[in-house]
Amino acid sequence: MEAGDKDREETVESAQGALGLRAKAILPSLNVQRRAAEEAAPDGGPALKQFFLASILAGAMALPALAADYKIIAPANPGGGWDQTARTIQTVMQAEGISSNVQVVNVPGAGGTIGLAQFASQDKGNPGSLIVGGYVMVGAILTNKSPVTLKDVTPIARLTGEYEAIVVPASSPFQTFGDLVEALKKDPGAVSWAGGSAGGTDHIAVGLIAKAAGVDPKKINYIAYSGGGEALAAILGAQVSAGISGYGEFESQVKAGTLRLLAVSSEERLEGIDAPTIKESGLDVVVQNWRMIAAAPGLSDEQKAAVNADIEKLVKSASWQEQLKTKGWQDTYLAGNAFDEQLAQDVSATEGILKEIGLVE
Amino acid sequence: MNTFEFLMQGLLVAAQPMNLLYALIGVTLGTAVGVLPGIGPALTVALLLPVTYKLDPAGSLIMFAGIYYGGMYGGSTTSILLNTPGESASIVTALEGNKMARAGRGGPALATAAIGSFVAGLIATLALAFVAPFIVKVALVFGPREYFALMVLAFVTVSSAFGDSTLRGLTSLFVGLTLAMIGIDQLSGQARLSFGIPDLLDGIEVTTLAVAMFAIGETLYIAAQGDRGPDKVEAVKGSVWMNAADWARSWKPWLRGTAIGFPIGAMPAGGAEIGTFLSYAAEKRMTKHPEEFGNGAIEGVAGPEAANNASAAGTLVPLLTLGLPTTATAAIMLAGFQQYGLQPGPLLFATNPQLVWGLIASLLIANLMLLVLNLPLIGLWVKLLTIPRPWLYAGILLFATLGTIGANPSVFELGMLLAFGLLGYVMRIFGYPIAPVVVGLILGPLAEQQLRRALAISQGDITTLVASPVAVALLLIAAAALIIPLVLRARGRGLVLSQLAASED
Repeated sequence: MEAGDKDREETVESAQGALGLRAKAILPSLNVQRRAAEEAAPDGGPALKQFFLASILAGAMALPALAADYKIIAPANPGGGWDQTARTIQTVMQAEGISSNVQVVNVPGAGGTIGLAQFASQDKGNPGSLIVGGYVMVGAILTNKSPVTLKDVTPIARLTGEYEAIVVPASSPFQTFGDLVEALKKDPGAVSWAGGSAGGTDHIAVGLIAKAAGVDPKKINYIAYSGGGEALAAILGAQVSAGISGYGEFESQVKAGTLRLLAVSSEERLEGIDAPTIKESGLDVVVQNWRMIAAAPGLSDEQKAAVNADIEKLVKSASWQEQLKTKGWQDTYLAGNAFDEQLAQDVSATEGILKEIGLVE
Repeated sequence: MNTFEFLMQGLLVAAQPMNLLYALIGVTLGTAVGVLPGIGPALTVALLLPVTYKLDPAGSLIMFAGIYYGGMYGGSTTSILLNTPGESASIVTALEGNKMARAGRGGPALATAAIGSFVAGLIATLALAFVAPFIVKVALVFGPREYFALMVLAFVTVSSAFGDSTLRGLTSLFVGLTLAMIGIDQLSGQARLSFGIPDLLDGIEVTTLAVAMFAIGETLYIAAQGDRGPDKVEAVKGSVWMNAADWARSWKPWLRGTAIGFPIGAMPAGGAEIGTFLSYAAEKRMTKHPEEFGNGAIEGVAGPEAANNASAAGTLVPLLTLGLPTTATAAIMLAGFQQYGLQPGPLLFATNPQLVWGLIASLLIANLMLLVLNLPLIGLWVKLLTIPRPWLYAGILLFATLGTIGANPSVFELGMLLAFGLLGYVMRIFGYPIAPVVVGLILGPLAEQQLRRALAISQGDITTLVASPVAVALLLIAAAALIIPLVLRARGRGLVLSQLAASED
């Protein structure tokens, strides 16, 4: 648990700092108490006990200072995209001196809505609390009928994004995206798509493709897996007609030639990726699986501005850019009003397509 | 260079003093974390990841390997001694292991688990080195219908562990299957049986249920008996070490467990628990001491523990060859690879052989280190059982609660722990077996999802389930396992069979 220890060391250090300050204030009164206790009981026993109690008290008083400068909720299990985003922010913030002490807390469950609900209620008005989220959360809030939505927190900025990639196994008869769309138009049920969880970005993208191709999105044959990884096995084994997920999930297989990349869901062709966009094939579909950071509800304008400044410092830092490169994430930083508008647009578009797929009433 | 030379080179890298130190740290942390119920290897590796930014790739991967194997091993210790499985793959170990521990044979149980883990880890790691590309091709043949057939086989064979009353066993199983329905349905994204409670949306955590049923239920049961409790816990009877008979009875289960665990671990949707279930069922069928099953049969510890560790190595097959993480820990290891700009996948063996073989070599080293670390500790661990019963069970209660809170800090989770503990207590009183509930919770969703996926892909054509040779073969084995005992019973050999199926709880 070295990381834990390291965190703890730092916490202890700051706690000692705080304790040192407080100890000065407490010591005189402690001495008085002690003297009084010694007078009452010369054997020193109760005095010791009192000293002990007093030190616990001092510790308890110093406890708020033990809390990290920033606490980031990753509303998912360790290992997933949100967890990695939160831990990368932690590393960069500490390395760049934006915040000396950052903690990551995992609150997994239900597409992030459990973490979101907990965050909105427990961290209200706390400027040191942040939560990582993303496009998947937008869908999950709708499908799970979550009572807490992104309106109940303070969205700060979009940080990273990844475009969707549509692949088929190398042995597939579909050579181009056009072939696949033709098959979809002919018999939507016969084209099975493997991708991540139901109602997630992958599912939504397939719904949008069907809609743009004039096929009823309710008729799509979407096979949900717990993630792009598990879906990958089904695609490689040619159990399904096609696969859809973030490009990173398929990259190494595409390079090795075991999967054929048919299209990507970006506005324009992506650098270094040899595939047309969905738009080029005549379907007006652009989907990006983005990740964001939000602050707690009930912050004052100054507090909000402070968080915004810290996040801006984060994304502009060299080590953040370095991390993006090694992880293969696109920098899609967008903050302020522009982000609020984009978010509102995404929420209403998602709600629309989820209704058409039949996941939301 | 050929495979063997690469491996030798990897061993040289892993055997450098600094790397040995990393392996030792990893193994120690992994074991410690595996012992705690709730805090799994995934969280530990996630916490360690930032630290390893400063290490070289070899050093950090070696530490990961140590944590991974250590975590898999550590879970068995609490299972055997305290009946508190540290993670889901060591649930089966608790069945026989804890009975052995109470009969004063905790030492041999821990030893067979440790040595079995070593043997399985050794064979499986070598298998990973030499046959990974082949295994992964076989694993990809498995689509939804094959997985469904595998789950049917698991259901049928595991039901032999349900005790002598089929009705009670099935009742317990269906309790588990019902609990498995709770939460968001993966295929449609809709919530089932969650009654609008957000905490239920993600379903019931297997470790929470297992710890509650086994540890809390048992504690209540013992406490309710007061002084009338018949079973005296004997810390040590005979030797702490394995005797000749233990060895003779352990080595075959080790090998069988490895043979079952490795390929199932290598399957993208296999999972470590399935291997342990199948291994337990196999040992129960093959044993020459059927009367001991349910009362502490060493085969029932040796086989599943070997299967557990073999599947840990198996998990690395899809990770290294496909870049496909099938467990949370593997997902974090993938993140670890990526931080060095490595993309695991079909090209990794070709582009970064040094690193891959370094990892495989460090798995071998970690495996050896686990044995060295744990065998001398057995004498110490067993002393745990000499703690007076009230203290011991109070400790178990505290331990189980802390583990659950540690994994999921929510009041609701704690409430579930207590509620399932009570359920476990009531089931014990009325003689219902506990294990099928946990089995239902694990296998239920897997079987359901695979069946529905298979039918969705075939657009509702049910014959798809028997349209592949692998699926047909698995279903035939399952049918044989179901029908042969019935035929034998009909021919008047029911007495032997009911002995075979002696109650496990």
